[in-house]
Amino acid sequence: MSAATPTIALVGNPNCGKTALFNALTGSRQKVANYPGVTVEKKTGRLTTPAGRSLQIVDLPGTYSLRARSPDEEITRDVVLGRLEGEAAPDLIVCVADATNLRLALRLALELKRVGRPVMLSLNMMDIARKRGIEIDADRLARELGVPVVSSIAVRRGGIDALLAKIDSAVANLPVAGAASWQVPDAGELRGGQHEADRLLRIVVRRSGERDLGTARADAVLLHPVAGLVILLAILFIMFQAVFAWARPAMDAIAAGFTWLGALVGAAPLPDLLKSFLKDGLIAGVGSVIVFLPQIVILFFFILVLEDLGYMARAAFLMDRIMGGAGLHGRAFIPLLSSFACAIPGIMSTRVIDDRRDRLTTILVAPLMTCSARIPVYTLIIGAFIPDRDVWGFVGLQGLVMFGLYAAGIVGALSVSFVLKRLIWRHSVGEPFMLELPDYKIPQARSLAIGLWTRATIFLKRAGTTILSMMVLIWVLASFPQPPEGATEPAISYSLAAMIGSAIQPITEPLGFNWQINVALIPGMAAREVAVGALGTIYAIDGGEGAAEKIGQIVAGQWSLGTALALLAWYVFAPQCASTLAVIRRETGSWKWMWVTFFYMLALAYVAALITYQVARAFGGG
Amino acid sequence: MSSKPTIALGDARVGFRGRIEALAVEGAGIGLPGPELERRLIELGFVEGADVELLHQGLFGSDPIAVRVAHATIALRRREAMAILVSAEVPS
Ligand SMILES: Nc1nc2c(ncn2[C@@H]2O[C@H](COP(=O)(O)OP(=O)(O)OP(=O)(O)O)[C@@H](O)[C@H]2O)c(=O)[nH]1
Ligand SMILES: [Mg+2]
Repeated sequence: MSAATPTIALVGNPNCGKTALFNALTGSRQKVANYPGVTVEKKTGRLTTPAGRSLQIVDLPGTYSLRARSPDEEITRDVVLGRLEGEAAPDLIVCVADATNLRLALRLALELKRVGRPVMLSLNMMDIARKRGIEIDADRLARELGVPVVSSIAVRRGGIDALLAKIDSAVANLPVAGAASWQVPDAGELRGGQHEADRLLRIVVRRSGERDLGTARADAVLLHPVAGLVILLAILFIMFQAVFAWARPAMDAIAAGFTWLGALVGAAPLPDLLKSFLKDGLIAGVGSVIVFLPQIVILFFFILVLEDLGYMARAAFLMDRIMGGAGLHGRAFIPLLSSFACAIPGIMSTRVIDDRRDRLTTILVAPLMTCSARIPVYTLIIGAFIPDRDVWGFVGLQGLVMFGLYAAGIVGALSVSFVLKRLIWRHSVGEPFMLELPDYKIPQARSLAIGLWTRATIFLKRAGTTILSMMVLIWVLASFPQPPEGATEPAISYSLAAMIGSAIQPITEPLGFNWQINVALIPGMAAREVAVGALGTIYAIDGGEGAAEKIGQIVAGQWSLGTALALLAWYVFAPQCASTLAVIRRETGSWKWMWVTFFYMLALAYVAALITYQVARAFGGG
Repeated sequence: MSSKPTIALGDARVGFRGRIEALAVEGAGIGLPGPELERRLIELGFVEGADVELLHQGLFGSDPIAVRVAHATIALRRREAMAILVSAEVPS
């Protein structure tokens, strides 16, 4: 055996459980969800087999063939064929198949055999196959295919033992590289392969054709032309109501905790400047952002449940015509829906879109979808200005406004893509939409918990790094220079922050922004939540005793309704997230598209805020 | 193959059951070039002899459609489904 660690690649159709297997094999926590196209990158992990061998495992985007029609599938092709610079082809290919849906996987397995590397077939999701009474003659299949075949259950303890043993024995005597006879298959070859796969299927599988009963029943309602759309809307609506209604008690508790902490520091025998730094800079600033953790967790809970259930692909089906009308590719829906959580994974997942222009359009509009970082800003302003009462007896008005803001983001994204595709590029409307609809699965508590935990730690890490460092900066700006002796105005009016804020005033005056908002917007370019923290710090220094929960009241007292609404409108569109811009640059491979995104969003934000403020003022809200 | 009467799957109604007789991509897809469309359809399992059932359709223009092909459910647009020629299952 060679000295280098053998590499094993996991290859298979989308959604067959490759990443779940990868996680089980390597102990990683890569994202697993029940829709095709979750993994869009190559991920590498290590595994020590029961026999003590050290192996490198590679997880890859799912694909139906090595033909590679989209950027994510190109990654799979290049890894399998060893085309990546400095990397040999994998020493062993584990072709992963969904045992309940073998047909397309067998064709892929036949294609993979031609790559000239050793292949092994893993029949995954065996638990579901057994439950549905599907019987597969694995020995016969192995003989017919000429490759080892093994069963696996990626999501159960002990479910990969057989796979591990087979890998061990395969790696023990790896052959020298065979002749690669893979070539881009034409229709005739693909057809021949599928016919051969169908023949195998008839020999080795009993009872495979029936639809999953639960899925059939659920789809009768969820994919109903009218009821399906109504339910989709209702789900989104409930989601945003819940973000408000359920999070309240937890948020109040966190806010109270920070207030207590602030009071503790306030009473401590410390120099005034240090006291102000801890209390106004750190506790009021970072605290006012961390308060929103419960809302973020609730939002992610909904998204994760929908993803694990298998609803996402259905939502894409229901929305296809509406998205298509705006010039968006059918596969754009899931990336856009993931952007509700954060635009960064949303933009990454556009790799499943084959056409370059379609992909670019989706990337450009993804940041308009309301990401979770906007929640703190929206909640702060809504909480301060929108009365907490019910309309029509059962719908919270605050949640309704929140829903409206989400809707504004969606309408914005659809309009921009419409303008791009139909008016500027005049792109042919030929994008096909072809998507496998997976069977529904009951989400597993464990994977939900891991998903939520991952999300919560990312949020807290951001609060501890980006947001914290911005808060320090803001505190310095807002505290220096110190007021001269015998100053009559509040200390902060003499600070750098006030100077900067007032300098920009002429530009933002028509939007109704005051200098405090101006100052918050600049560091807010780093991350949207920073603006809330910055306001927390500025008003804390300004007013003396502001803690996280107080900014709402202060803001309500100092801003006009027009200003508040204009700031909301600004945040629907503004490109206030440096990481998103960086990802756009990386994924499009050009600075140009990053700047295009930045400036078009800035322009939209300015115009939207301007109109909002001026209209509000005309109605007496200025 | 047989000379059964065929219709395009893109013209079928919900509840239609049948079998794929041929793929006729010439001039079918306005979007993709014919040979590419053909390969994609085959990769998703639309080959001659496969059983199909039209399960669901969208609200606007009855588009897209969800089709059961042998063991999988695939969503696609009627325009692409025009390339799939199917014969109706003879009611027994
Ligand atoms: N019951 C059961 N569920 C499984 C098993 N393996 C995977 N799943 C579930 O199947 C779904 C898809 O799993 P993933 O690992 O994301 O699939 P993938 O092949 O990586 O998909 P892509 O990255 O989209 O190509 C998830 O909901 C998993 O929880 C299994 O062996 N048994
Ligand atoms: Mg995956």
